[in-house]
Amino acid sequence: MKKILSILLAAVLTMSMLAGCGNSTPDTPAEEPAPAETEAPAEEPAEEPAEEAEAPAEGATITVAAIETAYGSDMWKEVCDAFTAQTGIAVELITDKNLEDVIGPSMQAGEFPDVIHLATGREKALTETFIKDQNLVDLTDVLSMTVPGEDKKVSDKIAGGFTETSLTNPYGDGKTYLAPMFYSPCGLFYNAGLFEEKGWSVPTTWDEMWELGDKAKAEGISLFTYPTTGYFDAFFYALMYSAGGADFFTKATNYEEGIWDTPEAQTCFDIVAKLAEYTEPTTPAQANDQDFTKNQQLVLDNKALFMPNGTWIVGEMAEAPRADGFKWGMTALPAIKAGGDGYSYTWFEQAWIPAGAANQDAAKQFVAFLYSDAACEAFAKAGAIQPVLNIAEKLEGDNQMFYAIYDNGAKAAMGNFAAYDGQVITVTNREVWFDPVNSMVSGNMTKDDWIAGIKEYNDQMRENLVQ
Amino acid sequence: MKKRSGRNGFIFLCAAPAVILFTVFMVIPTINVFRMSLFKRSAYSPTEDFVGLDNFTKLFKDANFIRSMQNTILLIVVVTIITFGFALVFAAILTREKIKGQNFFRVIFYIPNILSVVVISAIFSAIYDTNNGTLNNLLSLFSREKVAILWKGEDMVMTSLIIAMIWQAIGYYMVMYMASMASIPVSLYESTSLDGAGRITQFFQITLPLIWTNIRTTLTFFIISTINMAFLFVKAMTSGGPNGASEVALSYMYKQAYTNSSYGYGMAIGALVFLFSFALSALVNAVTKREPLEF
Repeated sequence: MKKILSILLAAVLTMSMLAGCGNSTPDTPAEEPAPAETEAPAEEPAEEPAEEAEAPAEGATITVAAIETAYGSDMWKEVCDAFTAQTGIAVELITDKNLEDVIGPSMQAGEFPDVIHLATGREKALTETFIKDQNLVDLTDVLSMTVPGEDKKVSDKIAGGFTETSLTNPYGDGKTYLAPMFYSPCGLFYNAGLFEEKGWSVPTTWDEMWELGDKAKAEGISLFTYPTTGYFDAFFYALMYSAGGADFFTKATNYEEGIWDTPEAQTCFDIVAKLAEYTEPTTPAQANDQDFTKNQQLVLDNKALFMPNGTWIVGEMAEAPRADGFKWGMTALPAIKAGGDGYSYTWFEQAWIPAGAANQDAAKQFVAFLYSDAACEAFAKAGAIQPVLNIAEKLEGDNQMFYAIYDNGAKAAMGNFAAYDGQVITVTNREVWFDPVNSMVSGNMTKDDWIAGIKEYNDQMRENLVQ
Repeated sequence: MKKRSGRNGFIFLCAAPAVILFTVFMVIPTINVFRMSLFKRSAYSPTEDFVGLDNFTKLFKDANFIRSMQNTILLIVVVTIITFGFALVFAAILTREKIKGQNFFRVIFYIPNILSVVVISAIFSAIYDTNNGTLNNLLSLFSREKVAILWKGEDMVMTSLIIAMIWQAIGYYMVMYMASMASIPVSLYESTSLDGAGRITQFFQITLPLIWTNIRTTLTFFIISTINMAFLFVKAMTSGGPNGASEVALSYMYKQAYTNSSYGYGMAIGALVFLFSFALSALVNAVTKREPLEF
């Protein structure tokens, strides 16, 4: 009996050792602490495919993984079929609501899809992880590629500004690593019907906003609510733009030294802190992934006037009960002073090619094809609006009103906080900047504590930027 | 001799599949977690840097991690004590007393255990709703003003989690104790009642000592499952919020490994939680050790 046991134990030991070996083979670079690592990988994928970019990859098969959101997955099937018909490259399509769980395990084993469509800002932060790891293929040459089946270049189709933001060029080196996809203007959503009924006008400055807040309070309505603190990113970005313009935004999102001591920053802090006082008191208790629709319901029920959100809210709350005469309205963030600019943040998703993709040339063709008329139309039918020129003409219904926000005087705000090394700093931007709003609304944290936290982490983040 | 080695070979063959599966799916991944906790790496990148115990030293300075550990320990202690108290009392009542509809109660208490955590979180979302929730409406009956407690607000969120976890766990442990209580001979109770022992004395002097081995085993189960269930409850009910107030060790590990893209650091948390649950189980086992009684 003892003998068997010892044989078994020996077997277990040998196996685990073997498995250990097997595991470490693909990781060999790990053994030597690679000093050049931080700079090298960014360049590497950039050059390699560029040489072969011209070679047509007909007959190949690429794997496309796309997140299934409110737009559904049929549009992706349609676009993939159209791509195959156009180029002869077969597409294996993976769509899922929890895409990370579907493609994650095989990526950990080293098998990557050729194209991934997945936005930043999700809880599993897959896209952010690839950005921080510098694990993306440089797509700059895609911009100068001709859209398959058309005679225009990709860069001629994409609307201005979309390929110049930190969301597409995360390392600030002028190279585009993520292709901009489906955009949506974000702003403050409200019940236009209620405003008509009460004879209120939508505030254009923050002073008017506070006045309206007091008026609404007298009627038992709170000025503000938010679904979760995650929605503060678009809000805060637009606020930074209106407080200090693009220059301040760039400095702040790159954690410049002392930036949070400037008057512009103070304006942002003051507004958020004051807004916290005007926030519907039950909001923080419902600001989680389970109950956030209850906060959105507050606007539908006329219990709160404004909430920061995106155009998807209409579909998301389509089935929800609402006050009589409810009508969706959307406004840009009010200007800081009369005559100043109102800003609306442009939220968009990203498509990218992981550095480990096997068919990078064909994948690039696919990315280029995403901006073709055929693809844009298929996406638009499902409500997903590609950031291409002249798309506004194809919009219908509420979307027409929402997407016209920039035509009506609001300026577009784009970009986000620069990526830093998450393995050195154990907090996310959201935890430092936006989550404390919950505590300020409930009175568990003061404005000064919030600002102190921001300043503390700002310096650490600057020192650990991914470049 | 030959026959014997044939037999050994047979035993080896029979045991091999289980051993191989156990090794591949349990031993190796566990070793891997410990190995990865020594590296600076992210989930999908092939590059990794050996950093020794850096991840662990960072952990002990990380205020958010310490808070999540405190929450975990709070849950383990409070949920365990209350659940065990209720489960034992209910089990004793249902086995010892003649109550109408015993089976009905048994089923009712057990139901929460069959429900998935997602369903439970939806139920409690309705119970804890500030404006129209069952709990606030119920409390309003006893108060002149409308009660508006923010059950999932920063001050109450841990209490709310505790209530939900107890509600979910009681039935399962109650049924377990009922099974072992039912096997205690009735004659013991009869003879003690002749000696003048009341129900409470019987409970402490007869019932508890005789099911002690069962309590010990379930206690170990419970500590491990509380650590795991806390993650599910937090994920489904609060997402760790508001502002991190309900973060527990495993949800924090998840947040670090994925949301913050620091897989190595996440694995260090995993390794620590692994050791912690082992140590705690061993401790509880040692503390509750008694001479086993037989009837």
